[in-house]
Amino acid sequence: MQTAIGPLELVEPRSLAHALEMLRDARANGGLVPLAGCTDLYVSLNFGTLEGQRFLDLWGLDELRRIEITRGVLSIGALATYTHIITSPIVRRRLPFLVAASREIGGVQIQNRGTIGGNIANASPAGDSLPVLAAAEAVVVLRSADETRRVPFTEFYTGYRKTVRHPDELIVAVEIPPLRGRQWFRKVGTRAAQAISKVVMAAVRAPRPRIALGSVAPVVMRARRTEEALAAGASIEEAGRLLAEEISPIDDLRSTADYRRQVTVNLLRRFWAETGRG
Amino acid sequence: MKFVLNGRRVDVLAHPMKRLLDVLREECGLTGTKEGCGEGECGACTVLVDGQPVNSCLVPFAQVRGASLVTIEGLRDHPLQRSFVAHGGAQCGICTPGMILAAVALGPKPSRAAMRKGLAGNICRCTGYSAIYRSITRAGSWKRQPR
Repeated sequence: MQTAIGPLELVEPRSLAHALEMLRDARANGGLVPLAGCTDLYVSLNFGTLEGQRFLDLWGLDELRRIEITRGVLSIGALATYTHIITSPIVRRRLPFLVAASREIGGVQIQNRGTIGGNIANASPAGDSLPVLAAAEAVVVLRSADETRRVPFTEFYTGYRKTVRHPDELIVAVEIPPLRGRQWFRKVGTRAAQAISKVVMAAVRAPRPRIALGSVAPVVMRARRTEEALAAGASIEEAGRLLAEEISPIDDLRSTADYRRQVTVNLLRRFWAETGRG
Repeated sequence: MKFVLNGRRVDVLAHPMKRLLDVLREECGLTGTKEGCGEGECGACTVLVDGQPVNSCLVPFAQVRGASLVTIEGLRDHPLQRSFVAHGGAQCGICTPGMILAAVALGPKPSRAAMRKGLAGNICRCTGYSAIYRSITRAGSWKRQPR
């Protein structure tokens, strides 16, 4: 479907600093909606669910595409696409479960355009990279014309599609501290490619296990009670019962709450079995 | 706005938020690029931007400034096109331009696994894919063109 684009305006900054100035100056007159790979943007426009008529094009800001390690912390620029992540030797070595998640996002066409910053900003409870970032205890780097602040990923979302980002801030990077333990990722959808997930789990097997889930609550979540129980030596059956209580899935066009609850518990068992060996 | 289209420098005037798909079909008159779902699920509108397959229904025109684009019209008598004809790779045909461009991006003689992955974003409801994989395999070797 073709969207009526006549009233839409696109401004194109020369640099990140210029983009931040534009965001600051736009606060008084309705603000600017940042866009990058646009893999969600046109869908929202077509469905009429996007507020705002003025857009800020970030796609050309190559300075936001860097993937690097600084003092042990992996920093992934907000404009890194899934293709950049999949092919990055640093990410493959440090964060293989982010590579696994990125490979299952869309098809090649989407992986070439979708960005990690966009996945974070879009704040879908079904965003496939988000449970990985929650399990990895990532930090979202937000920058405005005046300051830079770092927000723990698990505090970034305040409700369904709501985040702590201010209208004059951009997500510039996501930082991931060193991670110990075995990383595990599994997405359950209608098919491997293109599907929006019914349930997605990212987990780390360590003395204090970490379990993060997508598509089973209004926001991506960490299953803290389940993690604590496992760390304290609970059986996987007991942990599964806790996890079923801890999540709050819904019935929607992709699946039912009952199915999601059952599959989530099955995924926990599989995670535990597959990471327990060797 | 200037960019390279199928090897030729062009200068096209269109709204910066207009979908690349619509600019190609309407301003450039190249209707080989098809619209299927219009939301990045089906891959029918696939074109190559600087050699990478993208869904042209999800790209604002402003973002191809200075880029090099290849649409199905840019492949003239490509071995993949001949092979799709010879081996039943095209039936109703709406997925075919996108399918062939996604196959071009894989390069010559891709493995079965590479084809399954590289074409996962291109949906065909006619062939069941077997004929498409056969067409790509039997296209044999061909040279990648400089962008």
